[in-house]
Amino acid sequence: MRIFSVIEVNRYLRETLESDVALADIWISGEISNFVRSAAGHLYFTLKDRESQLKCVFFRSGRQNATVENGTAVIAHGRISLYEVSGALQFYVNLIQPEGAGLLNLQFEQLKLRLDEEGLFEPERKRPLPRFPQRIGVVTSPTGAVIHDITQVIGRRFPLTEVVLAPALVQGDGAPESVIAALRQLNARDDVEVIIVGRGGGSLEELWCFNDERVARAIFGSRIPVISAVGHETDYTIADFVADCRAPTPSAAAEMVVPDQFDLRQQLEHLRRDLGTAAADQLDFRRTGMRALTDRLQRALPSIEPLQQRLDDFSRSIERELANILQLRRERLRSRALQLHSLSPLLTLARGYAVVQVPSTQLPVHSIDQVRLKDRLQIRVSDGTFHAEVVE
Amino acid sequence: MNDYEEAAAELSFEEAYSRLEQTVEALENGELSLDQAIDLFQQGMELAKFCSSRLDSAELRIRTLQAQLDEGSAADRPSLSLWSERKG
Repeated sequence: MRIFSVIEVNRYLRETLESDVALADIWISGEISNFVRSAAGHLYFTLKDRESQLKCVFFRSGRQNATVENGTAVIAHGRISLYEVSGALQFYVNLIQPEGAGLLNLQFEQLKLRLDEEGLFEPERKRPLPRFPQRIGVVTSPTGAVIHDITQVIGRRFPLTEVVLAPALVQGDGAPESVIAALRQLNARDDVEVIIVGRGGGSLEELWCFNDERVARAIFGSRIPVISAVGHETDYTIADFVADCRAPTPSAAAEMVVPDQFDLRQQLEHLRRDLGTAAADQLDFRRTGMRALTDRLQRALPSIEPLQQRLDDFSRSIERELANILQLRRERLRSRALQLHSLSPLLTLARGYAVVQVPSTQLPVHSIDQVRLKDRLQIRVSDGTFHAEVVE
Repeated sequence: MNDYEEAAAELSFEEAYSRLEQTVEALENGELSLDQAIDLFQQGMELAKFCSSRLDSAELRIRTLQAQLDEGSAADRPSLSLWSERKG
């Protein structure tokens, strides 16, 4: 016989419970009572039915997707264990769904939770879509409205591209395999830049293919970004969460995947305009620069006006001087002329004097020694000449 | 101008459009010589012309691949059939 401590017993109980397969992953339905939310945000409640009850704790209340209040009938998922410290048997809940939810719904919620925890829905992992894809892959039925809508919208918005349809079954048996094969086919090409996985509206059963775990993993594993466009606006499938982008309808996906050429043309106009403005600005900038330089240049040159002024003054002085000189010369000339005139022998002759000349030589006679008796002499007076003979 | 026309023709729409945006930016921000500015302007106009004409002349192409059945995914990660088994 061995005596155990309380902690040893509780530990043993906990380990025993946790090793039980059924208790490790279990769905339990019941009604909520004694509901309490702790300060840390954890939920504590009791799940009960007519005959019994079970203490519950729900740690991640942030992920709660159903209203939890006293009296609500729910189906909860989690594991059974024992809290060693208190010895209390507890149901560690990780998912609560309202009672009415069907099995498919439960499976959906559980898979969603599991994949989310694995990180398949991480926003960081979602890749950006190419701006102007040259080739767009589409996984959908080759007949029906989806492919038609997609090609219509793309054709209208951005016909510069090519749509590559990888046909697949989108519901029923073999649909998941078909979708996975189509995704693989597109991923094997090196020219497809983005993929749309699309299917029209339907019931949960009809959309079920896109809640398949294998399909989710295939979308997650796609090298090429995937847009999920499954069902109607309000339908959400696992594919929507795991894809790089979710569109409420196939037409919306087509709008997401290419720009509208109308907008593009406008933007091209703007760019053209900006180009022109920028070029004009560059020229203006230089013109202003040049103007500044020529201004500086002009200011640096000595001003012409004072020089012209001086030139004017000079030429006027010169003129004056010339006029003076001329005047002076004229006067000198006049006085010389007068002098000359006064010295003129003609004046002397006019006064009554005569010039006596030897007729043959015209030499003037100024001495009596030059003459003898009976010599003929020429006498010049003011108005003419006559001859005379020496008599004494 | 002809050189730029040829160069533009080699590009995809995406490349041409991106380059046009870059050209405008360079012209707006750059410390450029007058020659470079004129050059960029001409290049930009050619790129814009190219993009416009691609839009004008485009026709949507559609290609359908042969459906393949994927041999490899016989895989069995059963989608939660354990529950119903356990229940039963």
